[in-house]
Amino acid sequence: MKVLWDLYISWFKMGLFTFGGGYAMLPMIQKEVIDRHHWATEDEIMDYYAIGQVTPGIISVNTATFVGYKLKGIIGGIVATLGVISPSFIIISLIASLISNFADIPMVQHALRGIQVAVCVLMFSAIEKLYKKGVRNTAGIIIFAAALILSYFTDISTMILVIFAGAAGYAVTCFRSRKGGVDHE
Amino acid sequence: MSDFLLLLLEFFKTGLFAVGGGLATIPFLTEISRKYGWYSIADLTTMIAVSESTPGPVGVNMSTYVGNQLYGFFGGIAATLALVCPSVIVVCIIARALQSFRNSPVVNGIFEGLRPAVVGFIITAAIGIYKIALLDLDAFAGIQSIAGVIRWKAAALFAVLLYIYRKKNPHPIVIICIAAAVGILLSF
Repeated sequence: MKVLWDLYISWFKMGLFTFGGGYAMLPMIQKEVIDRHHWATEDEIMDYYAIGQVTPGIISVNTATFVGYKLKGIIGGIVATLGVISPSFIIISLIASLISNFADIPMVQHALRGIQVAVCVLMFSAIEKLYKKGVRNTAGIIIFAAALILSYFTDISTMILVIFAGAAGYAVTCFRSRKGGVDHE
Repeated sequence: MSDFLLLLLEFFKTGLFAVGGGLATIPFLTEISRKYGWYSIADLTTMIAVSESTPGPVGVNMSTYVGNQLYGFFGGIAATLALVCPSVIVVCIIARALQSFRNSPVVNGIFEGLRPAVVGFIITAAIGIYKIALLDLDAFAGIQSIAGVIRWKAAALFAVLLYIYRKKNPHPIVIICIAAAVGILLSF
């Protein structure tokens, strides 16, 4: 019971302070899920993000479901998902019924401009950590550079890029284990 | 079929087929607007603005807003649950499969390639956020120098917050709250 409650509260917090979608949630996930509760490792979170690119739905919801499922099965997945959607649900319901031109209020706009800068700061540190963890060898650097360049400069769908990256990773492992002779698995 | 069931069905479909994140729901929501006229494209633009100025995933915000506008509070709940339902089901199935394949060399090989790629995708997303937050691209056309494009107030706040975050390692929530307060006080 305690774990379910922690899951709900923790994902509620992450949902409440995430502005701008799934990727912006990364710093919060690192703090809450990895450092604080040790519910998942950095590697697992990266795997969830990658899977989130090729499965239906919103990435933050998918990540919440994954972490919840890992801890407490289907119930855990549902509880974490409800946690992450609750804050936006409450806030939007209030805004929809009370304030008709919320986005045009000057104070809201000023606060948001500030928050965007905060997101930049948090993303900067989050990416630094992720790079150290995720890009570990020459093959990794090549795949990383290709993914960055293709996702930034072309319109190729991320889904396609994910499939190629997975195939490349598999090919590299095969090549390495054949060259090394003895498989270290 | 009643309009209410149709609403649920449409958001379930959106949740099922919008692959890759909140903004991927927008084409589907445009389609719903065209097909049923539950809301206009202008309403949709307002919804996107509200979604982006409140916390939480854009897709969830959108479904809550649309459901709420049409059927009140419970409409919002129903539309949101319909939206997240498919991904919860799919992810539970994948998470289960992943547990059994955790030690498979094939799966591990695939993830070897996915992890560095994800870092690349996240940087691409971050560049988009950086451009909006730190640069004034509207000014780009009129102003000759690069210095005129940078939002100096935002850049200064960025440097200060980065210093605090590095030195004191506070919870990200603290950084977000400071930034919101500074934004209001200095009229960003």
